[in-house]
Amino acid sequence: MPRAAVANFVLPFEAPFVELQERVRELRAAAERDPSLLGQLATLEVRAGELARDVFSQLSPIEKVQLARHPMRPYTSDYLSRLCTDLVELAGDRRYGEDASIVAGLARFRGRSVAVVGQQKGRNTKENVRRNFGMPNPEGYRKADRVYQLADRFRLPIVTFIDTPGAYPGIGGEERGQGEAIGACLYTLACVEVPVVAIVIGEGGSGGALALGVANRVMMLEYAWYSVISPEGCAAILWKDGARAADAAAQLKLTASDLSRLGVVERVIDEPAGGAHQDHERAASLVGDALEAALEELSLLSPAALRDDRYQRFRRLGDAAIAG
Amino acid sequence: MPLPDKTPPSADASEKRSVGKGVFRKCDGCGETTYGSVLADRFGVCAECGHHHKLDEAGWCALLLDDGALDQWDAELCARDPLGFSDGKPYDERLRAAQRSGRKDAIMIGRGALDGQAVAFGLFQFAFMGGSMGSVVGEKITRLFERATDARLPVVLVSASGGARMQEGILSLMQMAKTVGALARHRDARLPFLSVLAHPTTGGVAASFALLGDVNVAEPGALIGFAGPRVIENTIRQKLPPGFQRSEFLRSHGMVDLIVSRLEMKASLGRVLSHLSGGRA
Repeated sequence: MPRAAVANFVLPFEAPFVELQERVRELRAAAERDPSLLGQLATLEVRAGELARDVFSQLSPIEKVQLARHPMRPYTSDYLSRLCTDLVELAGDRRYGEDASIVAGLARFRGRSVAVVGQQKGRNTKENVRRNFGMPNPEGYRKADRVYQLADRFRLPIVTFIDTPGAYPGIGGEERGQGEAIGACLYTLACVEVPVVAIVIGEGGSGGALALGVANRVMMLEYAWYSVISPEGCAAILWKDGARAADAAAQLKLTASDLSRLGVVERVIDEPAGGAHQDHERAASLVGDALEAALEELSLLSPAALRDDRYQRFRRLGDAAIAG
Repeated sequence: MPLPDKTPPSADASEKRSVGKGVFRKCDGCGETTYGSVLADRFGVCAECGHHHKLDEAGWCALLLDDGALDQWDAELCARDPLGFSDGKPYDERLRAAQRSGRKDAIMIGRGALDGQAVAFGLFQFAFMGGSMGSVVGEKITRLFERATDARLPVVLVSASGGARMQEGILSLMQMAKTVGALARHRDARLPFLSVLAHPTTGGVAASFALLGDVNVAEPGALIGFAGPRVIENTIRQKLPPGFQRSEFLRSHGMVDLIVSRLEMKASLGRVLSHLSGGRA
């Protein structure tokens, strides 16, 4: 998709809000030259806010999935560039190759050195080919595993950004042990004695997402999704009809508010009016504040307590599905 | 033209009368017909071609455990429907229907002995919703590792599962993290985990504990992999090569240690256990 097409991408349900936003922007520019328009601008801004609230408070699960996949949605690198300084990206799994669908590295976040790991999507076709649409192969997960171990050795908190349709289902991935690579990430994250904070910023597709998700605190953006299977995959299996993804999305309980209710995420991070893609700066600052608070809390725990906290956190999940 | 004589009933035709279900069994591998009882005596392994057929719980216990005896833990644990999930049929009803087989969920765990060595033993029951891992399976595997750690027992776990159970949504996914956490504590205690991979072991089970054994032992010809073959074919839009994701493929790609016929399985696991439990260095 050429850049212009991406920039103009508008989902049907967000169209009225996007149009109004456009008029606000025009009026704001005009008001800079003509202060008499300021009153009108204020009214329009209020209306845009109301419209966003009306439309976005009624979104169906599949509409939230669509927002999570919005091509203008901020990706891992958009957060890293706004939240971190002194980023040193680390490459390769030291075994097979370098997988650009996962970025990993060392960075400074509000005064702390941290290890960061996140799936990375591309904004255009060329970038998406390089990033494999954010669908990692085993070497991506083995790079993540290596950086988790590095962080543990040097006592750095681990911050992950989850944004993947899923681990890549291909021949090469199976040959190189996709299952083992994901399992090894779960294992290492279970063992590390440093704080781990995971943020689901877009798509949380199954095991490929969980490989970055075994954290002390899991946070999720308001319009992100996180599920055992994608709605399309679920519909294909249940009804042999991927087109029934909307039904599947409703059944799977994959939205941030659902997962908060189920105890799977500790915190839902609000998005700017109209979704994170409307204002990357604001989205990043909201994520940054939530992340800082979580790291602050976890800094009180000893290394052994951090590991134990993670064990107990996941140990409880599923109790609600066991009778008696 | 004269009408053909009516053919008298032949001796052959009389043989076609039913002799009762299960007396004869056609091999899924080579198509040879054999006595069902012979196949059962050989734990589902075809005498002609070595094909491994599905083996039920009693068969697995008889195969691997001394006297076939498993002292079960948490046999009563059952699932309920945390999401109100329905795919046309509510999950609750699906559970009840599957439970009519006498199985409570898709795994049994307990304590037994393998060649005289006490083990914590787990066995997926594929017949129950494809061996899928929901919260009950995850909880029981977690308890298997926790109890084994407390009692200082090795774990032998036979996997046969399509992966995480869709009907419990994200909670099924969380079982992957939960079980691997318990495995990590078990490994920290320097206790062996032998992972036996039966047909099929895929999805969330393959991407959590199943390929993390200290020793991974596969049955011949088992399908083992992360993504299902149909998903891969739909993604890459090409046919998969023969033998793709079968045990032999995994061994040649370095993912499993041993491929062992069921008829050799107990001896082989016993040997590994005796080595791992007998270290003196």
